[in-house]
Amino acid sequence: MSTTASTLNLSQLRADFPVLNREVRPGVPLVYLDSTATSQKPLPVLEAMDDFYRTKNANIHRGVHTLAEESTAMYEEARAKIGRFINSEAAEQIIFTRNATESINLVAYTWARVNLKAGDLLILTEMEHHSNLVPWQMLASERGIEMEFIPVLENGLLDLEAYRLQLGRNPKLVAFSGMSNVLGTITPAEEIIRMAHAAGAITLVDGAQLVPHLPVDVQALGVDFLAFSAHKMLGPTGIGALYGKMNLLESMPPFMGGGDMIKTVHQRSFVPNDLPHKFEAGTPAIAEAVGFGAAVDYLGKIGMNAVAAHEKEMIAYALDRLEEIPGVKVLGPAAEHKGAVAAFTLEGVHPHDVAQILDRSGVAVRAGHHCAQPLHEKFGISATTRASFYIYNQPSEVDKLVDGIYEVKKIFG
Amino acid sequence: MDDLYRDNIIDHYKNPQYRGHLDPNNIQFEDDNPLCGDHIEVTLQVDEAGLVGDARFQGHGCAISQASADLLIESIIGKPVEGIKQLSKQDVLDLLGIELGPVRLKCALLSLKVLKAGVYGLGEATDELVE
Repeated sequence: MSTTASTLNLSQLRADFPVLNREVRPGVPLVYLDSTATSQKPLPVLEAMDDFYRTKNANIHRGVHTLAEESTAMYEEARAKIGRFINSEAAEQIIFTRNATESINLVAYTWARVNLKAGDLLILTEMEHHSNLVPWQMLASERGIEMEFIPVLENGLLDLEAYRLQLGRNPKLVAFSGMSNVLGTITPAEEIIRMAHAAGAITLVDGAQLVPHLPVDVQALGVDFLAFSAHKMLGPTGIGALYGKMNLLESMPPFMGGGDMIKTVHQRSFVPNDLPHKFEAGTPAIAEAVGFGAAVDYLGKIGMNAVAAHEKEMIAYALDRLEEIPGVKVLGPAAEHKGAVAAFTLEGVHPHDVAQILDRSGVAVRAGHHCAQPLHEKFGISATTRASFYIYNQPSEVDKLVDGIYEVKKIFG
Repeated sequence: MDDLYRDNIIDHYKNPQYRGHLDPNNIQFEDDNPLCGDHIEVTLQVDEAGLVGDARFQGHGCAISQASADLLIESIIGKPVEGIKQLSKQDVLDLLGIELGPVRLKCALLSLKVLKAGVYGLGEATDELVE
């Protein structure tokens, strides 16, 4: 077992996550290696939501009573925190959604349906999660829009030479993942965005994996839209965010209709509300927004550079240990271009069997195509087993994973 | 401790007795489980008396899906083909001799689904076949 030089105090930090203390069954402690699917939640997040319901709970933006004012202030304060977390120019550029998927759909249903017409081109990559693929497929088949895909090379990196050629076809939008949820590839977002802008295209980054794991500065990136989810970054499920450039958000029609997204309503017409409310119809997930705010506070206190450094050590150690096992093949690039995600195959054993046997020793991993079926098809495999790591994981948990894989090999010997 | 991976199942997975493809055949059907990519094809030769003279399966997937296919094929050979319509989820579980959660149940029942769709001559295999 190795030790990390990480600056995180892991035993102190792990104490903040009650679920990490549980046993999967008597005598078998949980080894949670599925944070790419969803992260665990620390006490400050749980307490913030609990406190909101115990002491504030009221609907927002309309009431004039004390609870309504306090609830509104907390909801808007959460928005401001999230805006600062990614260095948004203004809090109004953070739209609350249900999750990254809904954020991407919002852009597909509003900006894209106004700005794209038959024959227009949009560029995605071959490593997209279904959330940044299917909304565009739906739009493409509805409007006769063309799609190109930046190829993924054998080493798990994007083929930027092919991308350069694709840009020659004057795409209207380049939408890509900031970090692959399967390969772990950290895409060169700044470069992709710069090239897209030079070709006159708008950019969208699926930040579902990027924002929880690496420092993100939207102004430095220059990105036009950034989508992310709270639940993958220590926050609750049911809430996510869309960041957008002010001029784009202002020019876009509303997404869903209903209360709160309007300024005035007449029998046969309405005037949409100002940003960000224009895109937030109906009563939103208020307590979840408060929890989301507490999650970015928690991450901010640790510091995203420290988060990234810890994960870099974890993935480097995990790759070392996994690659020593005969028959194991880890997908994606080397540690230097990779987030803390190790999707692998084990020769002769189906990922479902691997995951099920690992569960016996409390090791929670994901098995399947991880909502990236086309990517698996490209690599000629139907499924992988995926172990992923976050701030609370420790090297001893990699050791338990590796021991578990040897147990699988023994059973399937 | 579960006994999902007891020797019986691992044996049928690693050394299946009925893996293959019959040509000619009277019944042929295939389908997959899109969730995990498991794939099963069955081929049957049915004689004039309506008995399954021979049967084979081929495909790929987890130990549960492949072992249950092997056990299921073994259980129908020499029996009336009409009897396959009566086979249920419980029959497959009895063959495997284990309890299964909802996700792995889909793996175990894929072969029965494919088999029944073939015997009924259906265009597609539906979950109702193995309820």
